[in-house]
Amino acid sequence: MENKLISLINQNARYSLEELAVMLGTDTETVAKMMDQLENKKIVCGYKALIDWDKVDNTHVTAFIELKVTPKRDFGFDELAEKVKKFDNVESVYLMSGGFDLCVIVTGQSLQKVAMFVAKQLSTLEGVVSTGTHFVLKRYKELGFDMTGGISDDRETFSL
Amino acid sequence: MINYDDILNRDIVALPPSGIRKFFDIAEGMKDVISLGVGEPDFATPWHIRQAGIRSLEDRKTRYTANRGLMELRSEIAEYMRRRFYLQYDPKSDILVTVGGSEGIDAAIRTLVAPGDEVILPQPSFVCYEPIIRMSGGTPVIIRTKRENEFRLTADELRAVMTDKTKLLIMPFPCNPTGAVMRREHLEEIAAVLRGTNIAVLSDEIYGELTYDGSHTSIAQIDGMQERTVIISGFSKTYSMTGWRLGYACGPAPILKQMTKIHQYAIMSAPTTSQYAAIEALRNGDDDIAAMKQQYEARRNIMVNGFNSIGLECFKPSGAFYAFPCIASTGLTSEEFCERLLYSQSVALVPGSAFGAGGEGFVRASYCYSVDHIKEAIRRTKLFLDELKNE
Repeated sequence: MENKLISLINQNARYSLEELAVMLGTDTETVAKMMDQLENKKIVCGYKALIDWDKVDNTHVTAFIELKVTPKRDFGFDELAEKVKKFDNVESVYLMSGGFDLCVIVTGQSLQKVAMFVAKQLSTLEGVVSTGTHFVLKRYKELGFDMTGGISDDRETFSL
Repeated sequence: MINYDDILNRDIVALPPSGIRKFFDIAEGMKDVISLGVGEPDFATPWHIRQAGIRSLEDRKTRYTANRGLMELRSEIAEYMRRRFYLQYDPKSDILVTVGGSEGIDAAIRTLVAPGDEVILPQPSFVCYEPIIRMSGGTPVIIRTKRENEFRLTADELRAVMTDKTKLLIMPFPCNPTGAVMRREHLEEIAAVLRGTNIAVLSDEIYGELTYDGSHTSIAQIDGMQERTVIISGFSKTYSMTGWRLGYACGPAPILKQMTKIHQYAIMSAPTTSQYAAIEALRNGDDDIAAMKQQYEARRNIMVNGFNSIGLECFKPSGAFYAFPCIASTGLTSEEFCERLLYSQSVALVPGSAFGAGGEGFVRASYCYSVDHIKEAIRRTKLFLDELKNE
């Protein structure tokens, strides 16, 4: 049942405990307890809204930064990743397979600001060999949600 | 001037039209209709299946296939029947690929039923069986399944209507519109009645994969039943492929051989693009089924709980994607209820009476909709019930 709960809140974190209980065929206490466990075990690490920033203002940019780094003896990539994740405007940091090592997702108020952050803060970190910055131009889909309006229900009102 | 009354087949003219025509007309002119009225999934066909169809077009697979369907597809169907139900079917002689499950139902009934034959038909059930039986000259013998049995067919009910004219039993489970399923123990009881008779079974298992709280059992799995059973199934409900129009029939070679003749003369072969997409569905679609089923199950629970909480008693169905709440407490017929609900709150439900005997007093609500949509429909239905109370 835990997997079903995870799958439900992964679709919509705002289902109430009552709704989750009904959908899972159990009671609210059980769901509340499972939710606590998921949070304590850090399986559920947090909740946030998925916002289409383009509709809020024009001063929100996102960039994917490729970092090539020299791994440190004994610490590998972790030490540098720990440093990178401390910056508030770094949204995500991933260790990657393939042509580069760390993927850093950075948000900022302008292309300029993000570019300066990369130049001044990231590229100067010890162990960083090179950076490549890619700005997001348009979001089509994010976290499973269609960001371009989606598709309306084209079924008839009735069918047997 | 030509006289159409003279040229039209009277038997066809006498067939009743579908019970939802009127509601279509009402809903057409309305805005903001919240419908729970459809019998098809809201999910799009999974992309990898659509791609297989597209690829087949790019590869110029645009010709007829063998009458029975692509051998590759029939082999996959045989493999699926073996994997899911431990049933052996020879793709060469025991499987026919059809235009939806509907064509399979039509071909099976026409193959088996001759004038004077009786066909036992549990209702409420899908609307096509009765007219097809009549068009074949057969006599439908209706069994009203009961709410206290969760709309299952019982051995006693079956025994009570069997005669020496009984040719065929229709087994429409999981059931549209009731959501009823027959578990193995229920099927064993039916099989015990049929064993030793010469009665054939048409088992419409189009919703088989959408069985909750356990998995689907086919009546063909019960001892002595496979030799008399034609299973009808298809891709529409399982893989959200309603518009592809593809289904199949599996059964004993002597029956399938005759069905194939009808198919050959009426249809030639099922759509080629759809057949290629279906191969991909059977090979790589199990995960899609699991994901959709999980969603349906959660929606079912929300819907059943919702109807019960506003006073429309609803048993928890274990199959298909319909709830079948009882509206008798309102004092309205199911058609009045649906019509007034549509006018008052723009919620579209299908009256149970559209599905034949025993459907009166119930409405069919599909949960092929998002949880928010279902919640809104329930909320509006409650407003309507409040209105009724204040009258």
